Amino acid sequence: MATSSIELALNRLRETRAWRSVFRRGPARTNRTRSLAIFGNIFLHLMPVKVREQSLRVRATYYLGSFSFLLFLMLTVTGILLMLYYHPAVPQAYLDMKDLRFVVSNGVFLRNLHRVGAHAMVIAVFWHMFHVFYRGGYRPPHEFNWVVGVVLMLLTLFLSYTGYLLPWDQLAFWAITVGTNIISAEPVLGRDVRFLLLGGNLVGENALLRFYVLHCVILPLVAGMFIAIHFWRIQKDGGLTLRENQE
Amino acid sequence: MSDSDTATAVVRSEISRRDFLNDVAAGALGIAGLGAMVVTYRYLSPNALFEPLTTFRAGNPGLYPVNSVTFNQDQQVYIVRTQEGFYAVSAVCTHLGCITQWKPDANMIACPCHGSKFKSDGTKVEGPAPRSLPHFSITLTADGELLVDKMETIKAEQALKA
Repeated sequence: MATSSIELALNRLRETRAWRSVFRRGPARTNRTRSLAIFGNIFLHLMPVKVREQSLRVRATYYLGSFSFLLFLMLTVTGILLMLYYHPAVPQAYLDMKDLRFVVSNGVFLRNLHRVGAHAMVIAVFWHMFHVFYRGGYRPPHEFNWVVGVVLMLLTLFLSYTGYLLPWDQLAFWAITVGTNIISAEPVLGRDVRFLLLGGNLVGENALLRFYVLHCVILPLVAGMFIAIHFWRIQKDGGLTLRENQE
Repeated sequence: MSDSDTATAVVRSEISRRDFLNDVAAGALGIAGLGAMVVTYRYLSPNALFEPLTTFRAGNPGLYPVNSVTFNQDQQVYIVRTQEGFYAVSAVCTHLGCITQWKPDANMIACPCHGSKFKSDGTKVEGPAPRSLPHFSITLTADGELLVDKMETIKAEQALKA
């Protein structure tokens, strides 16, 4: 095999002290070194070193889980960008939302990307769940990962719900009023939970700030941890659930 | 403590020093953890709320003709005057908290969100609302104005006599 000049340059780069200090091993030429490349990389260590060929086919998963995760990443990026123009205060929040739509360059694009992405993520997560359910992905040895998946579905819904208040328009206000009244209908704890969630008795400044912190900090962090567990458990449980005739 | 010591020593206690210290440490951590939870809960419940006052003056009783329902938009309360006297009926639907509307033609209070219907004294006529609209405490101030307290709900028969 003829070695191109690019490969030669890359090989020379791999010999440098800086490269070796970062990657600590030579080029991944054998299965062993390829495995080590996965295990030794913090971003890839959740990934399996080997997968069955059937698992990679489109019809095995339709990539619904990957699609949900990609949407989560996209929502994180667009959400952080939106945070740069948004103040979680009354009535500034509504004005900032209007500014994002009409004043900020490409603001309307980012906002809509975040909004449509959020809808798409809810759809993707549910589709993923149905698909896994119909494949029997809740059965041993995947029971625990199924439960983690259900938690992730709930986190997706909570993220969706907390984000819904942030534009601070009539739709947001009444959706949260109605939703938190549903919480207070729960016996014994309901009213206290509503009071803590809203930071008061009505949907006001405290509620907006609390939903903002939940939406931008607490829920994404918790979701990130559960996503890590979810990915890790796929390989620990021995890969995807495949259809009987594909095994 | 070496093995020979424990073998010869009089058995003073079933638990070793290590177990005792572990239990004490776990207990202390447990108490501290519970305390932290209580403190955090209290931190999360605001002491000062910048919310509108729950009491309001509804003006002179003469403003309200007999057999009338007047909607107070700011307070979300109906001031109802009947032959017997005055009621203050909440305008917040008992279903999911939407603001109901007084429909004089139908002689009904109706909720625009999910179609609940109430009589003018707040009695439930049609769901999905689970309960009738509550009555708020209504009194007269020293200078003769109606005073409504939205924190205090009263029984429907406790009307302010005219």
